[in-house]
Amino acid sequence: MPSQMSAPEALNTLSAGFVLLSAFAMVATRQVQGVVRYFIVQSLLLSASCFLLGYAQHSMHLYALGAITIVAKVLVIPWVLKRTLARELYVRREIEQVFNIPASLLWALLLAIFSVVLVGPITSATPDRVVQINVPIGLAGVLIGAFSLMVRREAVPQLIGILAMENGAFFAGIAIAAELPLIAELTVAFNVILITVIIGLLTQDIKETIGTTETGTLRGLKEEPTSWR
Amino acid sequence: MTRTILYNLIQILFVLVFAPLYSGVLSRFKEIVQSKRGPSIFQPYRDLWKLFHKDEVISSETTWIFRITPYLVFITPIFVTVLIPVLTDYPLAFAFMGDMLAGGFFLGLAGFFAALAAVDTGNPYGPMGASRTRMVGFLAEPVFMIVFFTVSFVAQSTIPYIVQQQWVENVSAFFSPAHMLLLAAFLMLILAEGGRIPVDNPTGHFELAMIDESKALEFSGRGAAFMKWGGQMKFLVLACIFLNVLLAPWGLAHGREIIQILVAVPLILIKVLLFAIVLVSIETSLAKLRLFRISEFLGAAFITSVTAMIVSIFFAS
Repeated sequence: MPSQMSAPEALNTLSAGFVLLSAFAMVATRQVQGVVRYFIVQSLLLSASCFLLGYAQHSMHLYALGAITIVAKVLVIPWVLKRTLARELYVRREIEQVFNIPASLLWALLLAIFSVVLVGPITSATPDRVVQINVPIGLAGVLIGAFSLMVRREAVPQLIGILAMENGAFFAGIAIAAELPLIAELTVAFNVILITVIIGLLTQDIKETIGTTETGTLRGLKEEPTSWR
Repeated sequence: MTRTILYNLIQILFVLVFAPLYSGVLSRFKEIVQSKRGPSIFQPYRDLWKLFHKDEVISSETTWIFRITPYLVFITPIFVTVLIPVLTDYPLAFAFMGDMLAGGFFLGLAGFFAALAAVDTGNPYGPMGASRTRMVGFLAEPVFMIVFFTVSFVAQSTIPYIVQQQWVENVSAFFSPAHMLLLAAFLMLILAEGGRIPVDNPTGHFELAMIDESKALEFSGRGAAFMKWGGQMKFLVLACIFLNVLLAPWGLAHGREIIQILVAVPLILIKVLLFAIVLVSIETSLAKLRLFRISEFLGAAFITSVTAMIVSIFFAS
């Protein structure tokens, strides 16, 4: 029952609900900028969860994690994206998708239910309410991120898909392994930034040689103008 | 018993009297936000007065459906008013005659007849608007259903008065994710059902772009007045359900004295007014969606409500 939880843990449940919702929002948005914005929202929610759980468990470690998340995912990654891919973010408006939006939303919904059903028996072994909430939603975040990686046909949203997968794993992680060495978390945060830089530069390079960042059309040869959609 | 019936009548009067005012305030706010002056907030009353004093013209091609529709559209929000808490937080005489689902059915009945009447006239714009309203309606229906299911999971009931107690007594239930997500889904539903901006433009006068308005094009005189008034009441009733049952179940009369009921009237009006500000800010910051994007909007509402249900089923035990 929510009434048996302490107030920060109850608020963590709220944040969990919105993490799931922002994962859906990333699937539902058509515009590149909107996807990035929802990613920032999700990262903010993650750090809020970190702070709340840190407060509940009196763990300095989780506070530090929340701070790292804010710096890496809310400040640095959007900044890097802006520096490397400004045109892709602001000029291109709409993204191509394999499915239309309602269909992909329904798939994402199925994935969320699947992850809750899948993880339910495992997490019911632990009495810890936080684990029972964070792990299924984290897994749902990972699956939905992987899904948007598959259906999007554009480089930047695919990158955000990877980062959303990491967000999901992170959200599950703060509940299971709160006492991971801080250096590991720092490494992960740094890796994520590096991934962003590398994919950003790579995308820019692709854009310069081929003229588009629509990864869905990359399998067509440049010489055949008919294969371009 | 007579007293609760009296209070019920006061509730109905409240909705009858203030529904036009509410729509006037909404449109005035909107105009002010768009740095225009806008009509007086009492303009809807004048419109109704004018329409009631005009002759009614009914095409000889129409059937009885066209004739009874204005009355149905006018009467069904009143039925819903009887079922929901508008001014009091304890159940009144007819509270247990139906739950939120019954309220949905009542409003659905009015919508059904309005659509039939629009087809009945043979006016080319009527059936077009009717089919569009049906499209929005059948996309909104599953969201309604899931919202009700979630409410019944959380509160173990769908009687509005009992649901409302659930949020009052239990602050942690108020801040539970299921509740917050429900609110988001229901707000989107209100925007769709009330014909507000991301779905439909309530002030638009271009027949090809109309969704909700074009059904009422053929009505004149008293019929048009009833349609208009009914639509305004429906919107106020939806706002009351959203505010009093789901969002902010405070400010309702708790005692059984008549003076407390009368004190509740301005409190509820203030609450509804604040909601109007939120609505206006939503309406002015969004653009109207293209017709086939509406399915995405309501799809998002559906996902939100299902997320609420997942959260409430799996994480609240």
